Amino acid sequence: MKFIDEFRDGDIARKIARAISGEASPERTYRLMEFCGGHTHAIFRYGIQDLLPDSVQMIHGPGCPVCVLPVGRIDNAIALAKLPNVTLCSYGDMMRVPGSGKDTLLSVKAGGADVRMVYSCLDALRIAREQPDREVVFFAIGFETTTPPTALAIQTAIQEGLTNFTVFCNHVLTPSAISSILESPYVREYGTIPIDGFIGPAHVSTVIGSNPYAYFAEEYQRPVVIAGFEPLDVLQAILMLVRQVNSGRHEVENEYTRAVTATGNMKAQRLVAEIFELRKTFEWRGLGTIPYSALQIKAAYADFDAAQRFGITYLSKPDPAGCECGAIIRGLKKPPDCALFGSACTPDSPVGSCMVSAEGACAAYYQYRSHT
Amino acid sequence: MCLAIPAKITELRDSQMATVDVGGVQQEVCIALLEDVAVGDYVIMHVGYALNKLDPEEAAKTLEAFKEFDKVKAAALE
Ligand code: SF4
Repeated sequence: MKFIDEFRDGDIARKIARAISGEASPERTYRLMEFCGGHTHAIFRYGIQDLLPDSVQMIHGPGCPVCVLPVGRIDNAIALAKLPNVTLCSYGDMMRVPGSGKDTLLSVKAGGADVRMVYSCLDALRIAREQPDREVVFFAIGFETTTPPTALAIQTAIQEGLTNFTVFCNHVLTPSAISSILESPYVREYGTIPIDGFIGPAHVSTVIGSNPYAYFAEEYQRPVVIAGFEPLDVLQAILMLVRQVNSGRHEVENEYTRAVTATGNMKAQRLVAEIFELRKTFEWRGLGTIPYSALQIKAAYADFDAAQRFGITYLSKPDPAGCECGAIIRGLKKPPDCALFGSACTPDSPVGSCMVSAEGACAAYYQYRSHT
Repeated sequence: MCLAIPAKITELRDSQMATVDVGGVQQEVCIALLEDVAVGDYVIMHVGYALNKLDPEEAAKTLEAFKEFDKVKAAALE
């Protein structure tokens, strides 16, 4: 397929890898974090770590929206789903993440709750049109890639007068999460590992552009290279990071110019700014409570806010006993360090959120562990 | 759920919706987040929405850079 196959050429991949080995100094370690779950998935799927010299270590970051949503938010969604008049629409992966009890959205669905797995919030809108006597709630999660679609869905609901459609908003922001890995007091308390550079998100950056990372690179003196999700993109970004580290630079560079511009998709950004505003604080799994790291629906659109309509309040809950997702999301531990990995916790019956989505570090390790 | 894919616009239905070809499979995509889209454009499709267009010229430049690098570096390292 165009824009895919030519970025998967194994021969060129090996040559880029050889250049990395040639340029990376054996005297030091390059700890590079890929923020995005999409990159984590690519790194495992194509065995990229195996191509790298020992001095270059990939650390898997928190950029999987399913992984970072804390247990308390799953409980909120389960509570919504159990309301008699509510049809809860959720992206598929969220349905298998356990809440603080043993329940998941899938298990309460089996118990009779009206939970629908949707691929898109367009499907949630359609269900709201088809069932005017039901309260249709869209369980909105994700980074800047899913936020514009949710904003558009609210705008569509306003235009169509769909008063039975609301959104349970859990949208989070990438730049604040990246910063928190290096600086939040929570992370300091629990420890973090030194990171020499970041591979910046692919599709998040198509929306927000490369500019938002400039402050981070400058403030924290860490290089950021935005990369596409194909293996050659990832390898090229690693080479660019090694070069920046070698020359003591900390700039934002863009490997993914075919899709990412400096300013991003302005139309999508304007729409998001119209519907959403910054939330003062938001709890993340593994990263703790981070100020101004998430979005909420503006008061003007409160009619479309499920938390307000159904009086949902957030209560922080601990991660499942024994689950190391928190340390894994911060790059402190690897999935096999968790005693439950592959035994009590598998993709078929996940204990923690990192084992659910294909972009979660535990699920990626489990699926491709022959490469690790 | 973050996996997004390049898709080729094959038909514009209205200002909101288009048909795309994804590896031979026809799918519907919402194009309302983009300013202007034409048949033949490649877009990045995610949860049913086109997030941005792919720029064929920039893609060609990146691939060209890989090739250059292929020649020069391989020669230097071998
Ligand atoms: S293996 Fe399961 S329980 Fe252990 S950290 Fe990963 S998701 Fe949590």
